[in-house]
Amino acid sequence: MESSQITRRKVEAGLPRRRRREFLFQLAGMLATTVGIVFLGVFFADLFVKSSTAFVQTFVKLDVEFTENVIAPGGEWDLTYADFDGLVRSALRSEFPGVSGRSERRELNRLVSVGAGYQMRDMIEADPKLLGARESLWVPASSIVDMYIKGNIDASLEESLRPLSDKQLSWIQKLQDSGRLETRFNSALFSNGDSREPELAGIKGALMGSFYMLIVTVLLAFPIGVAAAIYLEEFAPRNRWSDLIEVNINNLAAVPSIVFGLLGLAVFINWMAIPRSAPLVGGLVLSLLTLPVIIIASRAAIKAVPPSIREAALGLGASKMQVVFHHVMPLALPGMLTGTIIGMSRALGESAPLLMIGMVAFIVDVPGGFSDPATALPVQIYLWADSPERAFAERTSAAIVVLLGFLLLMNLTAVIIRKRMEKKW
Amino acid sequence: MQSTTLILILAAMSVVAFYAGRRRSVALVGGPRQGSVLHSLPGYYGYFTAIWLLLPALGVLLLWLFLEPTVIVALVVRGLPETYQSLSAGELNLFVNNVQNLAAGDAISGESDAVLSDAAARFLAYTATSRRLLATLALGLGGLGGTIAWRRIRPDLRARNRVEQIILLGLIAASSIAIFTTIGIVLSVLFEAIRFFQKVPVTEFLFGLNWSPQTAIRADQVGSSGSFGAVPLFTGTLLITGIAMFVAVPVGLMTAIFLAEYSSQRIRDVAKPLLEVLAGIPTVVYGFFAALTVAPWVRRAGESFGFDVASESALAAGLVMGIMIIPLVSSLADDAINAVPVAMRDGALGLGSTRSETMTRVILPAALPGIVGGILLAVSRAIGETMIVVMAAGLAANLTANPFAAVTTVTVQIVTLLVGDQEFDSAKTLAAFALGLMLFVVTLCLNVVGLHVVRKYREQYD
Repeated sequence: MESSQITRRKVEAGLPRRRRREFLFQLAGMLATTVGIVFLGVFFADLFVKSSTAFVQTFVKLDVEFTENVIAPGGEWDLTYADFDGLVRSALRSEFPGVSGRSERRELNRLVSVGAGYQMRDMIEADPKLLGARESLWVPASSIVDMYIKGNIDASLEESLRPLSDKQLSWIQKLQDSGRLETRFNSALFSNGDSREPELAGIKGALMGSFYMLIVTVLLAFPIGVAAAIYLEEFAPRNRWSDLIEVNINNLAAVPSIVFGLLGLAVFINWMAIPRSAPLVGGLVLSLLTLPVIIIASRAAIKAVPPSIREAALGLGASKMQVVFHHVMPLALPGMLTGTIIGMSRALGESAPLLMIGMVAFIVDVPGGFSDPATALPVQIYLWADSPERAFAERTSAAIVVLLGFLLLMNLTAVIIRKRMEKKW
Repeated sequence: MQSTTLILILAAMSVVAFYAGRRRSVALVGGPRQGSVLHSLPGYYGYFTAIWLLLPALGVLLLWLFLEPTVIVALVVRGLPETYQSLSAGELNLFVNNVQNLAAGDAISGESDAVLSDAAARFLAYTATSRRLLATLALGLGGLGGTIAWRRIRPDLRARNRVEQIILLGLIAASSIAIFTTIGIVLSVLFEAIRFFQKVPVTEFLFGLNWSPQTAIRADQVGSSGSFGAVPLFTGTLLITGIAMFVAVPVGLMTAIFLAEYSSQRIRDVAKPLLEVLAGIPTVVYGFFAALTVAPWVRRAGESFGFDVASESALAAGLVMGIMIIPLVSSLADDAINAVPVAMRDGALGLGSTRSETMTRVILPAALPGIVGGILLAVSRAIGETMIVVMAAGLAANLTANPFAAVTTVTVQIVTLLVGDQEFDSAKTLAAFALGLMLFVVTLCLNVVGLHVVRKYREQYD
């Protein structure tokens, strides 16, 4: 037999095994690719299922009376200390006249949120003519009722194992039968600050905190980042100093974000004495964190501007500075903006450094400025995820949906800017 | 005067200065038609004037705002009666806090007395004086600078060069911020870490096997001296990082190979953006998912196989962290694979090897340095990751290699030690900075080596 035939036979003998390997290798690749995508699918499905119930909330209809001698005893208005909760309690009692005994009444009162009293106070503050009137009001139910209505509490469990007693269940049934129980859009989620009561807790405070922080971040990081990129691309001589700056920027981009939090704590809070928990400190830390992102993106954008533009401008007698600011920068701006938006979206999702600078405090008031104590949306998610109440779990998911919505919006804007404005040379 | 008002006034003044400078330059040469006699365009004379107005004013403003609190507090303290002067630093600090709160109209701790209200009144008076002084000084210096610059305008003044020099200085300053950030990080963690090592020996921190940072308030309480052996934290971090890498490296690498080598363009167009979404999800969201969905699932799955799984197992946190790092590994591996010259790939295919053989015998060995560099960067990312482990991993420092047990990590401990109110001198708080120093040094080394390898590798085939 010729040697070429021997070789051929050897090769052919090995072929099935090699084909099988080829097939397995390809299969492994396909599986690996699906792992990430399947996770994404599971994640979003889980998120939407969990958050879907958070956007509605249960309300109870109560016939309350704005009793004169509680709100304005002796003709003197006293909104701070008036016992609005007492008015809510008496409304409940008149709804269920059969309820007697302290413990039973206490159980009854647990059906309605403490927000009902605040709601009454706000109403009479807005319209003093209500004094003495009898009104039918929809007030938020407490979170246990809400959870039961949404099917998160199993009524078939033994009484001691569920948060609602048999009596409470029968009252809820009665309210439902008489049309006094209703689920409505959960506007509190978007108009309230944080609260210990899940049915009153909202993300407005966190959203405003994030908003103020991002304002500080963009005001600092965009000009500084663009300026640094321009210097490094257009002016920096090739020397030790520029190399050092380059190495630093690349490293800072990979430093764990929590380390920036330590920097913020030691420098901005302990040394410069900027108040803790303020969006100003958060914005400062986040701008340091996003600077590398913006610088790297802006440098890429400047690099993409063809040299012919610079040479033409130089040839017409423009100075180096004029070339950069009149010609290169306008052309590189879309890329710089894209990088900035992506940096901002990273800043919006960042929470670890904010934990270090005291933005985890429980803050009820919606912040109104750069030095008010505030929290941020991702930190709010962290705080709620830690809460033991069942009702906070769905609100956490809802807050995540809102956060992801904002991130999606920002990234879409970046994509649109890139598509619309970026020139191909 | 509020500093914002002051800044607004300065802004308005600089606009006026710009127009004044521009007009003077034009007027000096006798109208816009003679503009070519000027050395620079008229606008540059305007900028020149405005810059010399703003620079001194803003300089004074910044310096003032920086020094003002310290100086005022020192003045208030000096005016206190003798008995207060001899208070300890902590008590004096508390007193000054009370003074500031009283002056701001906030609630104070303890009763207000004559000394306190007197100090608060003086505090307010000093603040008012300081603000008036600041306003006069800033506006005066700004006006002076602007006027001098305005008067120096001559047709042959090289205004453009002057302005451009200042802009260049600004650009250099902006690019140096990266260096100052690094210096700031190093100094801030280093100083506190050194203070920590004065209380706890370095060897105990690095080699001690017991971590319980709870220090008692009184000396006679149980566990009055915390122990700061960080080895359980290091092993916990390594365990979770190892699990994450166990998921991310094979999956990320195979994904990159599949997308680069096997998939059609259409699949690539869909799969790549989807994987990028994975990279864009905030870590706090991964943490929530790990704690509330994956951890119970891991626990149930483990129990059905008869394992005893902690509810905050290292496995759950590591798995989710691995998923998070997949896009990083796959994009770096993709870069490395694409950098291998096409000739090598074509040569291997031309000699009759299958695509998988080309990949495993030719391309991957050639791309290995780049891939290893990428993996180092991914490891650094996993070590520094905070939110997932804070939410899904435990707090107890167990020295174990069992993935079903609860372990804690360096980042978790930094967060636990620093969240909430703490006195800044206790070993407990300072320990967080020592851990931060470790974290920074380790990730810095990984990053430097990783980036260096990746770059060297890229240059090799360029």
